[in-house]
Amino acid sequence: MPEISLTSAPAHIRHGSNIGQPLTRRDGVLKVKGQAAYAADHHPPGMLFAVIAVSSIARGRVAALDVAAAKGHKGVVDVMTSKHRPELAIDPDIKTNPFVFRMEVLQSDEIRYANQPIAVVIAETLEAATEGAALLAPRYDALAPRVGLDAGETFAPPVVGVGNPAEVQHGDIDAGLAAAAKRIEATYETPPQYHNAMEPHAIVASWDGDTLSIDTPSQAMVMARARVAELFGLVPEKIRICSPFLGGGFGSKGFLTGPQILGVMAAKLVGKPVKLVLRREQMYGPVGHRAPTRQRLRMGIDAEGRFTAIDHHAKTVSSSYDDFYEPAADASHTLYASPAIRSSHEAARVDTGTPLFMRAPGEATGSIALESAIDEMALACGMDPLAFRLTNYAEVEPTTGKPFSSKALRACYEQGAARFGWAKRPLAPRQMRDDSGLLVGWGMGTATFPALMFQAEARAAIRRDGTGVMEIGAHDMGQGAWTALAQIAADGLGLDVDRVEFRSGTSDLPDGGIAGGSAHTATAGNAIHNAGAAVIARLADLATRDERSPLFGAGNAGVVARDGKLFRRDDESRGESYADILARAGLAEIDARGTGAPNPTAQTDYAMHAHGAVFAEVKVDSELGQIRVSRMVGAFAAGRIINPHLVRSQLLGGMIWGLSFALHEEAITDRRTGRIMNADLGEYHIPVNADVPPMDVLTVEEHDPHVNALGIKGVGEIGITGSAGAVANAVWHATGVRVRRFPIRIEELLTPL
Amino acid sequence: MKPFDYVRPATIAEAVTAAAQPGATYLAAGTNLLDLMKGGVSRPDRLVDVTHLQGLDKIEHLADGALRIGALVRNADLAHDAAFAKAHPAIAEALLSGASAQLRNAATVGGNLLQRTRCAYFYDPTSRCNRREAGSGCDARGGENRLHAVLGWSENCIATHPSDFCVPLVALDAIVEIEGKSGRRELPLDELHRLPGAAPQRETALEPGDLIVAVRLPATARDFAGHARYLKVRERTSYAFAVVSAAAALRIENGKIREARLALGGVAAKPWRARAAEAVLKGAAPEPSAFSEAAQAALTDAKPSGDNAFKIELARRIVVRALTLAAAGTPARIPALPASPFASGALHA
Repeated sequence: MPEISLTSAPAHIRHGSNIGQPLTRRDGVLKVKGQAAYAADHHPPGMLFAVIAVSSIARGRVAALDVAAAKGHKGVVDVMTSKHRPELAIDPDIKTNPFVFRMEVLQSDEIRYANQPIAVVIAETLEAATEGAALLAPRYDALAPRVGLDAGETFAPPVVGVGNPAEVQHGDIDAGLAAAAKRIEATYETPPQYHNAMEPHAIVASWDGDTLSIDTPSQAMVMARARVAELFGLVPEKIRICSPFLGGGFGSKGFLTGPQILGVMAAKLVGKPVKLVLRREQMYGPVGHRAPTRQRLRMGIDAEGRFTAIDHHAKTVSSSYDDFYEPAADASHTLYASPAIRSSHEAARVDTGTPLFMRAPGEATGSIALESAIDEMALACGMDPLAFRLTNYAEVEPTTGKPFSSKALRACYEQGAARFGWAKRPLAPRQMRDDSGLLVGWGMGTATFPALMFQAEARAAIRRDGTGVMEIGAHDMGQGAWTALAQIAADGLGLDVDRVEFRSGTSDLPDGGIAGGSAHTATAGNAIHNAGAAVIARLADLATRDERSPLFGAGNAGVVARDGKLFRRDDESRGESYADILARAGLAEIDARGTGAPNPTAQTDYAMHAHGAVFAEVKVDSELGQIRVSRMVGAFAAGRIINPHLVRSQLLGGMIWGLSFALHEEAITDRRTGRIMNADLGEYHIPVNADVPPMDVLTVEEHDPHVNALGIKGVGEIGITGSAGAVANAVWHATGVRVRRFPIRIEELLTPL
Repeated sequence: MKPFDYVRPATIAEAVTAAAQPGATYLAAGTNLLDLMKGGVSRPDRLVDVTHLQGLDKIEHLADGALRIGALVRNADLAHDAAFAKAHPAIAEALLSGASAQLRNAATVGGNLLQRTRCAYFYDPTSRCNRREAGSGCDARGGENRLHAVLGWSENCIATHPSDFCVPLVALDAIVEIEGKSGRRELPLDELHRLPGAAPQRETALEPGDLIVAVRLPATARDFAGHARYLKVRERTSYAFAVVSAAAALRIENGKIREARLALGGVAAKPWRARAAEAVLKGAAPEPSAFSEAAQAALTDAKPSGDNAFKIELARRIVVRALTLAAAGTPARIPALPASPFASGALHA
């Protein structure tokens, strides 16, 4: 089963231990050869194809479907509708826990957003199912949809993000603003953005009596299994989810979506395995997205350029039927010292799918507004933007007063600025041109993301032949979990990485937790580390109790594991191999489990965040409104770096997304119908290679003794923060035009000649 | 998807007969048509695959000095034909600024001319679109129309023609050779695409069965080779349609513009030849004042069809810039970022 166990890999040249080495990804060869089986690559015997039909209106109900026409099409086996479907064990709208989000699985004829599934056509071929779906020709009873930030009634959401208070107040904002020597007030808008992972959501579901086998991409397999279990009335152990490789997740595969559940229902309905793959345009609705925001920042500074107040207010939207509120204003909690900081949110309900998690939810949207406002505030007091940030450097977390568990942001600023050449930046805009006469601008932004941890468990074993096994239901979304976690496993087991069989990617393995919140390497990694330590302890116990062993009497604390052997700590000439210990004990293998979880004491005592500084240069043809990013430098401090090669890729990807946020990405929603009019990768613009400049990524050394035993903070999301603001600020510096609506468009730069 | 017949005729005559049937349509590389079929925008009953027809993939130099480009010549092959690019640098630059490398490798000359608008409402079968379904209405009006037409539009349709290739072609008086039920005929490219008027569904002057077999550039087209550029403003550096583009070609003698050619892309339902601007330039010195005057003339009749007033000012500026670049002389090599305002920057050295 090469897809769920990687025992060998191409040779890697390295020296020393496994952690910290820039291994290339161990699943790379499988992927290059097309042998890494993604969900949609599976084709069990007898499998049928399911295609969803989606609503073209955003609000109302399905009045009629021409099921007969679809069924009459050659090859169509069945048509699943709200009137013809397997019963679920519970109402899917019931929130059995805070991580259940509502989905549309044909429970009624109500339509809550455009692109909502309204039927599923199951056929012998993909082509027949596709045509069957087209033949349904739905008729609707339509209601006027609520579209955009100004639709519907505004209200204060109870919480934002995942349980964050919607309003946080530290100090006296009004007094701070009143006392300020200078003040700014500015409003920024960010657009709706939709998930476009390279792999669309896909599922292959096979029922065998009351057992269920599922191939589907998941960022949280055990949570997904629990959801399937409650919806179908199964015990979780009867369900096996296989998700060894994801073609990107970015938050959209954290929860099972409606279409994935529909795939399971379809398989149940027809009694055969079913494959259901979303078309690209069908991603623009049922899989979560990033909600638009309108953010007002008010800031005040004293005569020395120190903040007296930061007031960050964000308006966003959620769906008509569920609650998720982009916590944009929370971005102002941690970065800049101020005696008064307030974040507050308001929202309206619109007729879209529920906006959910998209890479750096809240941080990404909040960061571009905050970092733009910081730039405006620095200008207002005539300070260099970096000097201004350093003047307001937070030595403790401003809103809580907690010390940081570690914070090498100052080093990020210094090293990033030095690499970029920031010191030569003129203060005023429109001062620099290149040889061909293009305006040149330099901007910067601070990056930050919390260092989170969830819960995970791993099982480690050492086998008679001296090799190791590490099992954890972890998730490789492309970030490199197969490699980085195997490196941690190898060090935990005192073995070379090629001597460890790393098993991952299925729900029947120990729960690897959630690949989200930039916390997967930290959480799963610590579970692996602890499992490794536990099995080594058991092995040492065997040896030190056995008078035939050279380690007899050394005691657990007096033994170290390295290269497949245990050694006396005080005398490394005395040691014994794992194989010999197990052979003498007559054991085929020895195993143990370990968990990864946040340390509540440390969490109470410390503020834990990764940080970074991003610098961007843009060139602008201001007559034609054309912008081109010409270089970027990002310096990041994120605790211990397990694999510098993979970390660089993660940070690069984030920085490119930041560039995209500032200049390209936007879902165009028809204001009358609520339909997304650019729901494909031709028209939903993300940067092409030619838009991505040379990028420098520096990782700044940072030792954090508090976040977790391995000192890992996570790098999955931080790259997007800081970067978007840096690009936007560079555009201002090039042109003198401050654009506060993102992405920056041609027309906003077409100033009078 | 909807079942359809697929035929692969051996001769042009057979192709014309097969395609003249109701519900039939030609298939070349399919870079546009297959997308339209997958999206349910086009639902043909019969595809007439012309890619195996003999003799349509040649670039020929004719006795009268004209250049004849077969309809099945691939976009990339044409752009990379050294003799062609030297004689018609603006056309090569336009070709290379279009789509992506993969699409250019597949897409044909004839197909490029007949690609459909990228109006999102045309592409969305559940929206009303007079172009897709005569008389159904136009949801682009009052909708998301920031990138729609500013010239030649009607209340019935505000779509634009998306081709880059057609813009310098129409500027250089390209002729389209057509094989139809009543034999061969030809048409200036400028007359191939129709403005929407009251009948947007009639996109071209072609009749059922008509097959474009070649595009011909008259001998005079190469007289502009020393001063010919294509400039394209878009929302990312590659794989994006023009917001506005312009092809400018000048024949400069003794410090005066003897003859000027100018066409705009992304502004109308057809590649927009700006003859009034050409008249302004004729006899003028190649200087900013003349270019500005030409830009004014080119956009005299422009009016917004929605949230796109900026395109008019942008088009004026693009005209000025394209003329400036053309006057400065065609570069020895097509820039690494073809048609980009950043093409000449040190950025790409």
